[in-house]
Amino acid sequence: MQKNILIIDSTLRDGSHAMSHQFTAQNISDYAKGAELAGTKILVVGHGNGLGASSLQLGQSLLSDKKMLTTAKKELTKTKLAVLLIPGYGTIKENIEPAISYGIDVLIVASHCTEANITKQHIQYGLNKGLEVYGVLMMSHMISADLLLKQALLMQEYGVKGVILMDSAGAYLPEDVTKKISSLVKGLKIEVGFHAHNNLGLAIANSLTAIKAGATILDVTSRGLGAGAGNCQLEVLAAILQKMDIKTNLDLYKLMDNSENIIAKLMKHPQVINNVTLTSGLAGVFSGFAPHVIKAANRFNVDARDILIELGKKKVVGGQEDIIIDVATFLKQKKDLKENNCNIESLQ
Amino acid sequence: MSKEKSIKKTNIAIIGSGNIGCDLLIKINRSKVLKCNRFIGQNKDSDGLQMAKSLGINTSFDSINEIIKNPDCCDIVFDATSADAHKIHAPILKKLNKFTIDMTPSRIGKMCVPYLNLDECLKEKNVNMITCGGQATTPIISTIMKVHPETKYVEIVSSISSKSAGIGTRNNIDEYTQTTSDAIKILGGAPKSKAIIILNPAEPPILMHNTIFAQIENPNIAKLEKEINLTVNEIQKYIPGYKLTLGPVFENNRLTVMIEVTGQGDFLPIYAGNLDIINCAAITVAENYAKKYLNN
Repeated sequence: MQKNILIIDSTLRDGSHAMSHQFTAQNISDYAKGAELAGTKILVVGHGNGLGASSLQLGQSLLSDKKMLTTAKKELTKTKLAVLLIPGYGTIKENIEPAISYGIDVLIVASHCTEANITKQHIQYGLNKGLEVYGVLMMSHMISADLLLKQALLMQEYGVKGVILMDSAGAYLPEDVTKKISSLVKGLKIEVGFHAHNNLGLAIANSLTAIKAGATILDVTSRGLGAGAGNCQLEVLAAILQKMDIKTNLDLYKLMDNSENIIAKLMKHPQVINNVTLTSGLAGVFSGFAPHVIKAANRFNVDARDILIELGKKKVVGGQEDIIIDVATFLKQKKDLKENNCNIESLQ
Repeated sequence: MSKEKSIKKTNIAIIGSGNIGCDLLIKINRSKVLKCNRFIGQNKDSDGLQMAKSLGINTSFDSINEIIKNPDCCDIVFDATSADAHKIHAPILKKLNKFTIDMTPSRIGKMCVPYLNLDECLKEKNVNMITCGGQATTPIISTIMKVHPETKYVEIVSSISSKSAGIGTRNNIDEYTQTTSDAIKILGGAPKSKAIIILNPAEPPILMHNTIFAQIENPNIAKLEKEINLTVNEIQKYIPGYKLTLGPVFENNRLTVMIEVTGQGDFLPIYAGNLDIINCAAITVAENYAKKYLNN
């Protein structure tokens, strides 16, 4: 394979989930410096759910968007600074306009995979302001290749440079990647990308499958730092691509150093697949739910896996973290009822 | 022979034949005070206009021009188009001296939530119904702020089914989010606010669900519970499907209240409580305006 692959580094965005959105200015500054040295093309910075997403619902960031973006910007010259925005979380006036003044170069506008027509305003605003704009379809395991293409075509019509499918729940099997990515590559005139999660241990495999199917953008994180079981691990992917003779123009040793010397040191715990994140991938629930589910499970004394399975049945989408408490109280009531019934039976 | 005086109904017009406009029409057809004398769209083949015709309503596909041409067709206009279109319509309707109820998040007129400021709004010529999320949450926020004026920050998460969000809402999602957030401060009284809007495509569609979070140091749960229940009872008088489903509870250093709104199943099935809440509120405003200024 001879083509060039664009690697988007989301360590300081998706990685923020694994840090409960508590990246410090030092963390951001160190990593941005490292990313610049490694030859990173695009570095995404911010709350795990993007601009304006710091909230009681999703978790509050330690730093403001302004502080995070200006801190990163100081360290970047060749590397483009990017933000993610999900319409419904942030607005043009309160979030995008200020972000432009902090020096962003790239705007990534994301929606749930069936709702692409809520991204039009923000995509067109970004384009008018001269930004490089990409579209993202989140939780893309939930609908068929045909329906995904229809949604991606809308984003193409609005003017994005590329469309990235996010496997936000880490629920894709490789054959799903092949089917969905090839359908987009065939049906679109713009670039196609993939963002993997590792809940089923397939983040690297799925990213490679995406390239084989024609994707030219991969959205990844250093050391796999990210929501749930984490993402496709940047330095591992870069090593494999080098072995496969696929060009990325990244400095592999630098990427390894960033992972080992910066990210590994700030991580609270290694990025692993555990009972909760595995069940989350199986149930097709947004990876970012995991910490909230664990909290609710402890508080209401129910099994976190039961909460996830129930959430999967309800087909909740990213941003509906409030439903976790609803489900946990429901499971608790069900459990109490069962225990009460047992007591009554044993009395008879 | 009836002893009752036959009350002359006030003529109203609806511009916009999408989900909001159609649901308004069906509800207004039940009103004892209002009569829809024009149902106006911009595409003669739209499903909305066909439905209105089948109900025997006068229709037009000439948008705002219909009212310019026939200014006497109505005293009250409901504008259910889009924020951008309302910016064009507002000065025209003002000149024609029509009491205008803006269903879009344009923010031109005074923000109105009947439970909070109905009387003040009746003195205006253009009132803005904010958003469905704003209608559902600001009364509760205002109640929380009364009990705990020291509350630092309020956030709402409004989840609606994808099917109930028409193209107008989608094209205006940015104004929708911003206007809801602003209403939490302006009408709810919170010093700092945030609104998160989620469109959920799940099948069968989810009921409209609203979560209110408030940052309060030591909440008086008993008092909040009492006051919030009183507020809910008042709102149920004009929105029957409005229901408190959780809380107030205090967890993770935040006060949480959840509200679900079940629709009456008029134009869209009952999941579309978001249509009901904004439309019932708007009709309450129109009926009160008509009773106060027009029917006497």
